[in-house]
Amino acid sequence: MSNAIHLHYEVSGEDFTRAGEASGAVKKRLKSLGYSPDAIRRVAIAMYEAEINMVIHAEGGFCDVDIYPDRVEVLLSDRGPGIPDVEKAMQEGYSTAPANVRSLGFGAGMGLPNIKKYSDEMRIDTTIGVGTKLYLTVRVNQ
Amino acid sequence: MNKYYHSVQLDADRCCGCTNCLKRCPTEAIRVHDGKAKILSERCIDCGECIRICPHHAKKANSNKLEEIIQYKYTVAIPAPALFGQFNNLESIDFVLTGLKQLGFDDVFEVSRAAELVSEATRKLIKENKLKKPIISSACPAVVRLIKIRFPELCDNVMPLLAPIEVAARVARRRAMEKTGLSREQIGIFFISPCPAKVTEIHAPNSTEKSEVDAAIAISKIYPELTQVMDHLREVEPLGQSGLMGIGWATSGGEAAAMLGDKYLAADGIENVIRVLEELEDEHIRGVDFIELNACSGGCVGGVLNVENAYVAQARIQTLRKFLPVSLNHMEDGDLERMLWENELNYDADIFRLDKDIAKAMNMMSEMEEILEGLPHLDCGSCGAPTCRALAEDIVRGKAKETDCIFKLREKIQNVYDQLKGTI
Repeated sequence: MSNAIHLHYEVSGEDFTRAGEASGAVKKRLKSLGYSPDAIRRVAIAMYEAEINMVIHAEGGFCDVDIYPDRVEVLLSDRGPGIPDVEKAMQEGYSTAPANVRSLGFGAGMGLPNIKKYSDEMRIDTTIGVGTKLYLTVRVNQ
Repeated sequence: MNKYYHSVQLDADRCCGCTNCLKRCPTEAIRVHDGKAKILSERCIDCGECIRICPHHAKKANSNKLEEIIQYKYTVAIPAPALFGQFNNLESIDFVLTGLKQLGFDDVFEVSRAAELVSEATRKLIKENKLKKPIISSACPAVVRLIKIRFPELCDNVMPLLAPIEVAARVARRRAMEKTGLSREQIGIFFISPCPAKVTEIHAPNSTEKSEVDAAIAISKIYPELTQVMDHLREVEPLGQSGLMGIGWATSGGEAAAMLGDKYLAADGIENVIRVLEELEDEHIRGVDFIELNACSGGCVGGVLNVENAYVAQARIQTLRKFLPVSLNHMEDGDLERMLWENELNYDADIFRLDKDIAKAMNMMSEMEEILEGLPHLDCGSCGAPTCRALAEDIVRGKAKETDCIFKLREKIQNVYDQLKGTI
């Protein structure tokens, strides 16, 4: 479809408190478009978790969002260390987040499992030492 | 009743078209056109922030007058607990209640009494685990309206219990009818209000078809006469029947504390409320059963229709609560059912949606992003919209034009000038 709305955000890795800005901005736009509340919630949560992951593990990155009438596609790309064992990272409760992050209530090992739970499609391309690309799609349930 | 009735109104003569209210409005409901502010009715939640900020006092809240009591055979004043925080050295709320009767009301019934019933009902509903958690208090009508237009996913979390004002009005009317034998129309229930949102709520309620409150008088309006009679009371009637729990509802955290649990959160001030709602929407707030939200800083004592500084009033409320019994009002059989909302809270998707047709909405949004790119991103408000983004939105909605932006206008004039210069 030609008339997708494309949005591009830089997710800063320096300031932890700014994580969640991209998902917040996308949420506001989806409301203006009249997206269903359920889809908005799923996009917001999945994106937020992914943003937090990029900040914790990869010193930030980029977030590209394509909004279509029936779905939202998000690509989160970083130049972080990569994920050594994706299968393990997908397990609930598995986390490699440092203690200072955990003390803020993050790093409970629910990031990737939650992204999977709230999105309709999810794919991870990761290379050690190069970075990670996470694709996710949320469809509007008709 | 008018779907978009508002207590908050503009006094056009006093408005000088500055940007103070524009920048302050939490729902971007104000535009300045032709040198005057204009309130977008469907977006206004009557929080009163524009009244608070306007240096020219051009924003006002409509409310009723005391003289209107003559329209009824029998009248009952139902004062908000915030009223008790307005007086210096107040020993007991009986002085205020007796004063209200001296002003002409036949009887009084404190809203704080009903608040104790609402607290009991809430505790019961939480215990029975019947509501979606976390439960968001429905007592602040500005917050309820905000959720209704901006937070679709949270509508189901709003506690479906009538606010204490409405419960107080119902109990007061029933008691008055029993006592006097008069019909319901002959009895006038007058709420003494700390804020415009509550005035709006009685004219266009969220929770019920028609409010049992007949009129609302601003605390600031009744205050001068009330203090005068209070200074000359010969006898003080023992009228007060509120416990510390009900009086505590006047300040932020009071309602939440009355839940008698520890898994609660209380936020006050509209910006803080919005932040909490955003985080709730994204499911970042966990482990909390009950959420109290007050649009005004400090809670109801911070309402713009009070006369006293919110924090001074808060301190006085603390003093008044000392040595009071915890609660003096308890539910009877059937009370809980009578307190439930009659209407469901439904999200009003039309308010911020660009168009019903998503393809059209997407085109509008693309256009909007494009226009926004060309704007200066200063959010100066000179165009009459609160932000550059809001102006871009107004342009695609056909309500404004690009040259409303003074920087765009300057650019255009410069272009015309350059072209003309070339032809000479």
